Amino acid sequence: MTLLEVSDLVVRHGQLTAVEGVRLSVDAGAAVAVVGANGAGKSTLLRTISGLHHPAAGRIRYDGQDVTSVSTHERVRRGLVMVPEGRRLFPSMTVEENLLVGAAVGRSGDWSLDRVYELFPWMTERRGQATGLLSGGEQQGVAIGRALMTNPRVLLLDEISLGLAPVAVQRIYSQLPDLLAAGMTALIVEQDVRQALRYASHVVCLLEGRMTLEGPPAAFTPEQIEAAYFGFMGADEAGATA
Amino acid sequence: MSWVNAVAQGILLGGLFAMFACGLSLLFGVIGVINLAHGDFAVLGAYLVIAIIPSVAFNAMWAVLFVIPIFAVLGYALQRTVLQRSIEIDPLTSLLVTFGLSVVIENGLLEKYSNDSQSLDVGGLVRSALHVNSQISLSWLNIGILVLAVIVLSAVQLFLGRTSMGRQIRAVADDREAAEIAGVRTKHVAGIAAAVAFATVALAGLCFGSVQQFSPYSGSSLLLFSFEAVIIGGLGSLWGTLAGGILLGVAQTVGAQIDPSSGQLAGHLVFLAILVLRPSGLFPARATA
Repeated sequence: MTLLEVSDLVVRHGQLTAVEGVRLSVDAGAAVAVVGANGAGKSTLLRTISGLHHPAAGRIRYDGQDVTSVSTHERVRRGLVMVPEGRRLFPSMTVEENLLVGAAVGRSGDWSLDRVYELFPWMTERRGQATGLLSGGEQQGVAIGRALMTNPRVLLLDEISLGLAPVAVQRIYSQLPDLLAAGMTALIVEQDVRQALRYASHVVCLLEGRMTLEGPPAAFTPEQIEAAYFGFMGADEAGATA
Repeated sequence: MSWVNAVAQGILLGGLFAMFACGLSLLFGVIGVINLAHGDFAVLGAYLVIAIIPSVAFNAMWAVLFVIPIFAVLGYALQRTVLQRSIEIDPLTSLLVTFGLSVVIENGLLEKYSNDSQSLDVGGLVRSALHVNSQISLSWLNIGILVLAVIVLSAVQLFLGRTSMGRQIRAVADDREAAEIAGVRTKHVAGIAAAVAFATVALAGLCFGSVQQFSPYSGSSLLLFSFEAVIIGGLGSLWGTLAGGILLGVAQTVGAQIDPSSGQLAGHLVFLAILVLRPSGLFPARATA
């Protein structure tokens, strides 16, 4: 069943067209990765899906309904939740208070403080600390925990590896299979292609706002993905958009 | 002994300043609006009592029961309409808009009530006092206002610190977009913060009107004292605001003790001294409200 569907999306920042004609569909329980270089429009795409940008054209359908003009907090209340780039924790609050802000949405589900602490066992001890004292990887854990506290159906993960040590990235991503097994759907935006492809069942590559490649990761050679990522479209690879 | 009296009176006066400053601090901290009409809204609250009390004919203290809810609704509505839109344009626009509100309120009151001084009648309370000794006597009304200020500040602090809505307000104050992403209805939450701020403004206005005479233009000096209390105490700290209010009150009464016409000047000088020596205030706090 298609849970999230983006059709012919165009997003502009003033004169600049950041996303042009992107199509994308995410089945319930699947993990889809959007990869691309810096400035390819990945984050803009994700922010538009979460309602922070308004598209110039195109539609976003979620759970059978058109949500293109629905506010961000209402999308969260319906279960379409983003983990923003750069964590964006609330600096004046403790770890636990950050998590509780997510719970205030009041969406029913089985996520609770206890279950988040089970997923990230180190958090229990540090629940009363200000988030500024945490390492980058730990902050990312809190950001994911805060999103989980809203009881999401679809998690939009925006560059969760950015600025983290490789071991921290590994640790964060290793939680993903458990979440997917619990029925979560994920749309992952990453610069780190290898990380994204390890867990995704479907990959979309963006270059300067346009889709250059789409399909299951196994269908492509690393060279094809590299070409789509950087835009070296050789004569024999021009047809790689499957 | 008269010095002790001056300090005691100043502490009591400080409670009133702190209550004024609380709403200013909340509105700036959460919504980012510097409300130049803050003092005028307080005076408007006092005039609202003048307008309603004669027709009900009882002690002005009962006015608390209706003026505060009216102001809470007014605060919410203003935030959702005028203030929100002005801050979305840019901070300067919000300054101009609140300045405009200030002019409108002052002149509206002048039109309706002329420039005569008014006061609120709180019955016998205004004359009863606690006589500590022959030189020091503290008005029960002023003591009550200081106690009320402490209660209001504690209640706001508890509300922000312990309740779900309080957490959401702090989330909006910290990072509005991140709050929206976390599912917070940021516009509604900002409206609630404005409602709380306006409720405290109304209460402060009623307290002010029952201890001092007021006229349509009294608001601007109240705004100045509120600013000074917030800056002295340290932006973002409600207890710092109480300390700031009290320091300002004591500076004014002690200054007036030295020279009866220099009370306010002494308050301003203390404010300037703090601004030079400790620009972040006495108790700079974490970035809440």
